[in-house]
Amino acid sequence: MMQFTCPHCGPRDQAEFIYERTVDAVVSLDAAPEDAMKSLFTRNNPRGVDEEIWRHTYGCRAWMVIARNRVTNEISATRAVGPEALP
Amino acid sequence: MINFSFDGKTYQAEKGDTLAAALLRNGIGLVGRSFKYHRPRGIMTAGVEEPNALVTIGDGGRTEPNTRATDVFVYEGLVAKSQNRWPNLSFDIGSVFGLAAPVLSAGFYYKTFFGSAKRWMIYEYFIRKAAGLGNAPTKTDPDHFSQRAAFCDVLVVGAGPAGLSAALEAAEAGKRAILVEQDNILCASLIRDGQDRDGAWVESTQARIRAAGGRILTRTTASGYWEHDLVTLTQRIAEPGQIPLHGVAQRLWHVRAGQVILATGSIERPMAFAHNDRPGVMLSQAVRTYVRRFGVVPGKRVVIATNNDDAYKTAYALKAAGAEVVAILDARPAPAGADSGLPVYNNAVPLSTNGARHCLKSVTARINGLTQSWNADLIAVSGGFTPVVHLHMQAGGTLDWNDAAQAFVPAASRQNVTTIGGAANPDPVFNVVPVSKPKKSFIDFQNDVTLSDVDLAWAEGYRSVEHLKRYTTLGMATDQGKLSNMAALGRLAEKQGVAIPEAGLTTFRPPYTPVTMGLLAGAGAKDAGAHVRRLALYDVHAAKNPIWQPLGYWFRPRAYPAGNETLAQAAMREAKAVRSNVGMTDVSTLAKFEVSGPDAAAFLEIICATTVGKLAVGRGRYTFMLREDGFVFDDGTVWRLDENRYLLTSSTGGADRMATHISYVRQYLCPHLRVSAVNVQEHYAGIAVAGPQAKAALAALIGEEPPRHMSTVPAMISGVPVIVLAASYSGERAFEIYVEASHAGPVWAACEAEVTKQGGALYGLEAMEFLRIEKGHLVVGGEVDGRMTPHDLALDKMLNKAGGYVGASGLSRPALSEAGRRQLVGLEAIEGNIPEGAMLITGEGASPQGHVSAAAFRILDGGSIALGQLTDGFARHGEELIATSPTRGQMARVRVVAPHFYDTAGERYRD
Repeated sequence: MMQFTCPHCGPRDQAEFIYERTVDAVVSLDAAPEDAMKSLFTRNNPRGVDEEIWRHTYGCRAWMVIARNRVTNEISATRAVGPEALP
Repeated sequence: MINFSFDGKTYQAEKGDTLAAALLRNGIGLVGRSFKYHRPRGIMTAGVEEPNALVTIGDGGRTEPNTRATDVFVYEGLVAKSQNRWPNLSFDIGSVFGLAAPVLSAGFYYKTFFGSAKRWMIYEYFIRKAAGLGNAPTKTDPDHFSQRAAFCDVLVVGAGPAGLSAALEAAEAGKRAILVEQDNILCASLIRDGQDRDGAWVESTQARIRAAGGRILTRTTASGYWEHDLVTLTQRIAEPGQIPLHGVAQRLWHVRAGQVILATGSIERPMAFAHNDRPGVMLSQAVRTYVRRFGVVPGKRVVIATNNDDAYKTAYALKAAGAEVVAILDARPAPAGADSGLPVYNNAVPLSTNGARHCLKSVTARINGLTQSWNADLIAVSGGFTPVVHLHMQAGGTLDWNDAAQAFVPAASRQNVTTIGGAANPDPVFNVVPVSKPKKSFIDFQNDVTLSDVDLAWAEGYRSVEHLKRYTTLGMATDQGKLSNMAALGRLAEKQGVAIPEAGLTTFRPPYTPVTMGLLAGAGAKDAGAHVRRLALYDVHAAKNPIWQPLGYWFRPRAYPAGNETLAQAAMREAKAVRSNVGMTDVSTLAKFEVSGPDAAAFLEIICATTVGKLAVGRGRYTFMLREDGFVFDDGTVWRLDENRYLLTSSTGGADRMATHISYVRQYLCPHLRVSAVNVQEHYAGIAVAGPQAKAALAALIGEEPPRHMSTVPAMISGVPVIVLAASYSGERAFEIYVEASHAGPVWAACEAEVTKQGGALYGLEAMEFLRIEKGHLVVGGEVDGRMTPHDLALDKMLNKAGGYVGASGLSRPALSEAGRRQLVGLEAIEGNIPEGAMLITGEGASPQGHVSAAAFRILDGGSIALGQLTDGFARHGEELIATSPTRGQMARVRVVAPHFYDTAGERYRD
């Protein structure tokens, strides 16, 4: 089980989080149909770092983007998302 | 003295004995039968790597099969039984398999049973009886298994001298330290090696670690190394089969460590020679352990076979204990400089053993090319040392080859782990290539794999070590190849003509030693496997003794039988009450979201595929939601409670999924919107009142004119504020009353009194299902099964033409709105009753063209009806089909009709 650092709660067990999808699989609301299909069905699958969306479901319920190396599980960055994280 | 029993006979053990030590103390050498050939086997080791001496411990629910006799400490009343033998251990019918050994070679099952599945089914029955280990218990374990999380700066695994020193250093440096040891004492190797004069050092070091705040756990195995330095520990509080003092038998720890130090030592290797599996063949360090730690001398006349210096310590220990060392077979060419008086032979390797009545009688060796034999009752073997690198490898580490030690040692790791002591620096050895008969030279004792099985696998083309493992079963079962893997690798490398590191390695997987199922289940066993979500009105329902229906984590009343009514009778009576008078039911589990803010309507038009913005205050409408790929995934209603405040309902089963979806859309896709979307599923309890008399009942309850269909008003019932929604799932005039869950009791009571006064009834989920099928209303998970588009469900006219909702671009793919797809239809029986889940075919032998998603009977008029999906269904109304369920042996002739069987004009729910 991995350990993530929630931007709001600090280090927590992976069991408190639920995985959503990778950032490249996000379908924006104004996506053209072909782009939407690409995001849904022909996603990247890099051997190395990928950006993943997780939610601290069994904690503060906030969403975040975690940059995780899929080979070593090294977490290189975590950033909050949502209205409060808007610039 | 401690009394214990083995195969029904009572024996005595000394305090501190393992079962293996106690058996040897009582002169018992034969402990089990081997897995495949039923060969007699004894005790080979003194640790968790034991492949042979597997026994079943305990009675009833506390039974633990396949427990290593070397890894259980005897307690008063311990009950142990040998395994894989019939009728008894010394006379085992199954040992005829040993005579058939030449046929039962690697891949035997595959070769013999390839082709005919029927024959395999017959053979399998006998093979499963003949080959195997202990039997799993059938009774419930009466004990508790606890789980615990812990954090520390330094976790030290293994309390030998190196581990103990490391734990002391960490603790005294002010770090939070945990030291774990699978044995029940620390530094057992010091006793084994005659250094127990250091006992005082062990005692004082423990005291210093504890004084500095460190924690020491014995009988605790670090069994798994997971990501980000999480280590799972399995702690035995009671021994296998023992009644725990405080109820808790074992504890599973999840330890998140800042740093892990592995001081796991090494495991001695056996040697390959003919009949090296006989009782009386034991590892050298194990012999020394039994002599020095337990005071048991496992043989009187002993041959020692070695390729290293360590085994000489065993010779000294045996001599000191009064045993005779008749020969030391040292594979190395030059003398090791041992004490004079020991019969040392160089260039000497064991060839075979002879025995009688399951005892060792003699050992034959080859010395400088000549053969020589000795009478002996024990051979102590040391083929070198395999560092215990399991945790290092589970952590994702790499290994280096140490040629002097002929062993893999830990190298780099991507986690914060280091290995110290013997596991990092194994003793140097001399590489011995086996020269004995390969067919009788075992390398995996637990799986009965010989050198010739490896040769055969190689000859048949198995090149990868992973394939070799699966073909021969080498390295599997309870010991996971702790003794055998290196011998197999050596043989494979020899065949390939490469060095061992080039032959490859199999994967090290948790757990390091076997873990009981109870420990993994922990408190989640028995009724606590899934949590239970209780309705706010649970007690009210329970008092009426309903038939309960699990619905996700919820339990809802399925029907309220009166007298001796069956489920079907009760549900039909309840449904008739709704059709002809009035009924009420608990709908609290529906998903509910309160959406508010200036952008609430805009947000809802993203979530919902229908328009919302034009809804007037106090009005509501049916809606549905799409997945991003354009398929329908939930439906419900949306109500405008206020200028900028909406209530959205959706299905019970999809409630958690919908809550996540709404949060994702709001937080990730639309963070800029000025909106709040709050999950109020359990904040409100819901009561539905439906039927021709529902309006009159509601007027009496709220003291004013009830809202017209698809309208909502705030009201008061019994002095409690409620929201009344006029919506109909049953097809009758109906209302849903929402009330804060903690105040639901008086509102339910008032509704029940009024419904009873009108001569109505309570109804459950089963009646609700009858009503909605007849009306042709959808269920998420039934008709809406994730493969249906709005077009397939005839919902396309409701789609928001402006688009912009989730799934709009996915739905724009032409194939999703084509004619000829599977489409929602109604079915009415011409002959027979329509079976639920049946497939729809045009005639016998034809391919299925759809299926029945829900079946029921017309409530007032009788007759079997159903909803289903049918290829090109919209265009096939009037066609006759067969609905057949081969698994139930039921079928019906059906006619395809529109999916509305009742009040097709929709007049009954309007005023």
